[in-house]
Amino acid sequence: MQPIRYVIVGNGAAGVTAAETIRQHDSVGEITIISAEPFPMYSRPGLAYVFLNEISKEQVFARQPEWYQQMRLNLLFGKAVSLDVDRQAVQLEDGRILPYDRLLIATGARAVPPPYAGADLKGVHYLDTLAGTKELMKQAKRRRRAVVVGGGITALEMTEGLAHHGVDTHYFLRRDRLWGKVFNDTEAKILEGRMRQQHVHIHYNTEAVEILGDRRGRVRAVRLKDGKEFKCNLVGIAIGVRPSIDLVKDTPIETDRAILVDETMQSSVRNVYAAGDCAQVYDPWTEQHMLDILWPSAVAEGHAVALNMVGKHRAYKKGSPFNACLLFGLHISTMGQINPRRDEDEPEIHQYLSRGSSEVWYTYPRHYASAWAEEGDNTIRLVMDGDYLVGALLVGDQTIADPLRYIIENRVNFREIHSDFSIGGLALKRSVQRFWSKSNQSQAESYLNP
Amino acid sequence: MAKESFFRTLFKSASQDADQDDQQADLAKVGCVVPDASRCVQCGVCGYNCPVGIQVRDYAHRGLPVDDPRCITCGNCINVCPRGTLRWETQAHELLKDRFLLTADLQV
Repeated sequence: MQPIRYVIVGNGAAGVTAAETIRQHDSVGEITIISAEPFPMYSRPGLAYVFLNEISKEQVFARQPEWYQQMRLNLLFGKAVSLDVDRQAVQLEDGRILPYDRLLIATGARAVPPPYAGADLKGVHYLDTLAGTKELMKQAKRRRRAVVVGGGITALEMTEGLAHHGVDTHYFLRRDRLWGKVFNDTEAKILEGRMRQQHVHIHYNTEAVEILGDRRGRVRAVRLKDGKEFKCNLVGIAIGVRPSIDLVKDTPIETDRAILVDETMQSSVRNVYAAGDCAQVYDPWTEQHMLDILWPSAVAEGHAVALNMVGKHRAYKKGSPFNACLLFGLHISTMGQINPRRDEDEPEIHQYLSRGSSEVWYTYPRHYASAWAEEGDNTIRLVMDGDYLVGALLVGDQTIADPLRYIIENRVNFREIHSDFSIGGLALKRSVQRFWSKSNQSQAESYLNP
Repeated sequence: MAKESFFRTLFKSASQDADQDDQQADLAKVGCVVPDASRCVQCGVCGYNCPVGIQVRDYAHRGLPVDDPRCITCGNCINVCPRGTLRWETQAHELLKDRFLLTADLQV
């Protein structure tokens, strides 16, 4: 029998996890990974730590070239530009044609440029690729005043990095609240306080409408909505990312905001699979196909898709989206459905999602109830749907993050806690901890003494 | 293997090991760094801050305890991880039991 030819477009979390998993189950298959960036796999979330000088540029590589050799993975540098699903072949920009038996599209997502003029000026930067981050770091050393535009983790990481490099950093908020789609007022205020401590200037209700350049094509200012000019020489853009799905444009593969996949991670076309940021997967909580731009989701999907590609039919059950991050020294974890307030005039699903977030976060459970506790810079927000916990956001103290994650993921009946919802403060945390140890104990007993 | 017998074997072998090898029992008391693979984003901050050069993220990637004999148990990696991936675990068997219960529950 001929070895199966696996072609994986994308060298990120989903693609590499899939390659590794395929190799574990198929020792003879030919596995080719196509990477648009000329590097072995690196950690995209790690770019923020490169920018903050917390790690070196070399340390961001999560796999070494030797690893690909050991795993017998053929790593090709190039851009896949077209796909012929009838002949089952992918064509690269340089003309190379790669026939496949199973194709995985794991092309990820890319930062979206601003929807106004001036995006091509020198001094407009993104924290999205390794090359872009290196350039940003070089420029941050020379620039004196920067404007950062966008909500979400990447924008905040960029702000933190610029401030760290000693740049006079100005953060523009379209409305009156930081990351308004995720944070409530208190959560936002805590983080805003930390930002000010690092000398970041926050401008509320301020919107850029154009980036202005000088004669040499360099950024000199941004024009604001009210017509005023705000002088700066660096503009950081982090308004979100768009799934990279150009490859499937002229094919019958069904897409919505990304490539739609079934429970086996297969697209609407046979032998073509998708995973990671460019895949839209059925979410059991919202009962819709949702987009996660999250590393752990990409890894889980990469693993699941590989099992199906090698012929083990395994239905993938999407987990509740989870992210833990560190911003301005503050640990924040976000999980499940946590939309604090949905404005009537805003669409339910966002046009662009920022890295490190999920569309599920912006949703609202049907039978909404919530609990809130704060103690200094530590907050707990729990979101219930009837008797079940469906979302949580923790700022600061992360003691109960894992229990909450488990309770959401496994739909543990949380009714018992409901009566404690109004107690607030540290008592809410203790109540969750008590519930957790009790439910663990009874579970252990039932297994050990059936 | 039935769940029940799995645990009995697990606990039995744990206690036997301790009896047989005092040194190993001491080590078990000291504990080691244990990752939660589902939190890790492979950024490498952990290994970068390891004074003896252990690439901690390779353990996190596989979800394995950091059992490198060079580990001086300084805890740097735990402190610097931006995602709360690493923790200090002194009762490896307790942990294993918890993890097993979680997966067992998912599979029922």
